Amino acid sequence: MNFFENILNALGAIGSNKMRSALTMLGIVIGVASVVLLVAIGQGAASGIKSQVQGLGTNLLSISPGSPNQTNVRFSMGSTSSLKSTDTDYITQYAAELLNGIEPELSSRQQLVAGNINTNSSVVGTVPSYLTVRNSAVEYGSFITEEHLTNVDKVAVLGPSTASTLFPDDADPLGNTFRIGNNIFTVIGILESKGSTGMTNRDDTVLIPLTTMQRRIAGKTSLSSISVSVKNESEMDYAKQVLTAILLNAHGITDTSKQDFTVLSQADAVETLNAVTSTLTYLLGGIAAISLIVGGIGVMNIMLVSVTERTREIGIRKAIGAKKRDIMTQFLVESTVLSILGGAIGILISVIGSWIVTIYSSLEATIALYSVFLAFGFSVCVGIFFGMLPAWKAAKLRPIEALRYE
Amino acid sequence: MIQLKDIIKAYPLGKEQLVVLKGVSLTINAGEFVAIMGPSGSGKSTLMNIIGLLDTPTKGSYLLEKKEVSNLSENEQADVRSKRIGFVFQQFNLLPRMDALRQVMQPLLYQGVHRTQAETKARESLHIVGLSERISHNPNELSGGQQQRVAIARALVTDPAIILADEPTGALDTQTGHEVMDILTTLSKHGKTIVMVTHEPRVAAFAHRTIRIEDGLIQSGTLPDGLRNIPSAYK
Repeated sequence: MNFFENILNALGAIGSNKMRSALTMLGIVIGVASVVLLVAIGQGAASGIKSQVQGLGTNLLSISPGSPNQTNVRFSMGSTSSLKSTDTDYITQYAAELLNGIEPELSSRQQLVAGNINTNSSVVGTVPSYLTVRNSAVEYGSFITEEHLTNVDKVAVLGPSTASTLFPDDADPLGNTFRIGNNIFTVIGILESKGSTGMTNRDDTVLIPLTTMQRRIAGKTSLSSISVSVKNESEMDYAKQVLTAILLNAHGITDTSKQDFTVLSQADAVETLNAVTSTLTYLLGGIAAISLIVGGIGVMNIMLVSVTERTREIGIRKAIGAKKRDIMTQFLVESTVLSILGGAIGILISVIGSWIVTIYSSLEATIALYSVFLAFGFSVCVGIFFGMLPAWKAAKLRPIEALRYE
Repeated sequence: MIQLKDIIKAYPLGKEQLVVLKGVSLTINAGEFVAIMGPSGSGKSTLMNIIGLLDTPTKGSYLLEKKEVSNLSENEQADVRSKRIGFVFQQFNLLPRMDALRQVMQPLLYQGVHRTQAETKARESLHIVGLSERISHNPNELSGGQQQRVAIARALVTDPAIILADEPTGALDTQTGHEVMDILTTLSKHGKTIVMVTHEPRVAAFAHRTIRIEDGLIQSGTLPDGLRNIPSAYK
């Protein structure tokens, strides 16, 4: 009995009970589809965040309040107010030659009101060097100037999506006004679109002068972060050390374990985010793998039923010369073909699924080739593994008992 | 060809033993056409299964072509079945979802014969039973008589020395039953050893010799009803 003949027999048997075969395969289909799709979404999220972070500039260092924890980084931005405007001055004073620009900022989410439109956005108090440090540009209008800072002016530069949310009917919102709390701001510029990859929309932002943010809205003089762009990418590590030393000195800290700020490079951030998203991806993949095992048990269940149902057929085959090995192969091939078909359909569904996710959400689901091979290989193994018991059961039937079976 | 000596077959039945064959000794020569007759429960089917190596005797010796086969392993038995014995059953026992041609090819494929060669032989075999026209029909598209002829073609295709027929006409009407018996008679004339179980004297009349079995013992191995020609080697 050659291989081709076995496959032909298996397809015949699968086709003879289409409904049942389809239901059996469903377990494998769902298992494979969920493994591939969830890993694809995980990867999509990871690459989205990565490109977003890298879009900020690879020579960017950001200083945030809160101590770095023992292992790597702690995301506790804004939880303490250890960063002050004076820190910016110290950095300018001692590290200016290393840097392209320094951008202190204070941000928080605020309610925006324009006419009858009420929306919520991230309001960032910043300085003119924002554009250089953040690698950003004004699409039209103008940006915040030193004069605005000195005068504590209530002017705002909007991200493109905030602009269209606040002023949906106005193609040119320059000169329009909106409210944050009791303060009325005038729109002086619109930022260039930065795209919205990953979890946050970077076009949904409102930039106002730092001094206005501190005095009119937040009512505090601390900073939520200081971003600096380093002149030479090769000097990133050095710059990091220099900035740490300057700020430790400025804060009068001698014991580095009591450091109350964190200097983070983009590489660090990407690494941390990668660690988080890959853990997430493994978690999702693991949950999906469980469903694949459940699907495999479904295959075994049906194959056991099939063996009982076809006892007589097994008897006939033995009478006309089939050996144990032949019967074993027949049922193993059958369960494997069932799983492979299920796996193939599952992959097809995950391709369609990731396509739908990419179209209808901000995530770009990227199907990882390894997950396809993994899921497919796994489903083949499931077929063989869970087919083993039924196949063995069929093979060891005594021919005469099998023939007598009604 | 077939020599059985003191064959005992017992099945466990609860705590008791149900003895179906109580010491059967029997010799069948090459080229003989033998009918085994007996009432139901007499053990004739069990005897047939033991001859066909589908079942193993509890005790006793079975020489097939002068070789002891009662103690072979299951795979060795399968090998002997595959090469030396062809089966024809009362209920035809064709494989589902398979046309006549593939049906007849199966035994050869199990022997490891190449597909194209198996197909040629299967066509020849179907031609012998007069079914060349219906090779692409599935069992459910064939009449009972045609199904039984496919089964005979399948039994023949490996060119076995012995054909075992278990009530080959049991599920057929008189006319088609007669056709099937004609085919078996032709095969006998071509030198096949045929052992047939039946309870119909009319069918047994086609055989050279009738062996009667009752309560697990052979009553007579002589003088079948309507005997036509006694082979010289007959005992």
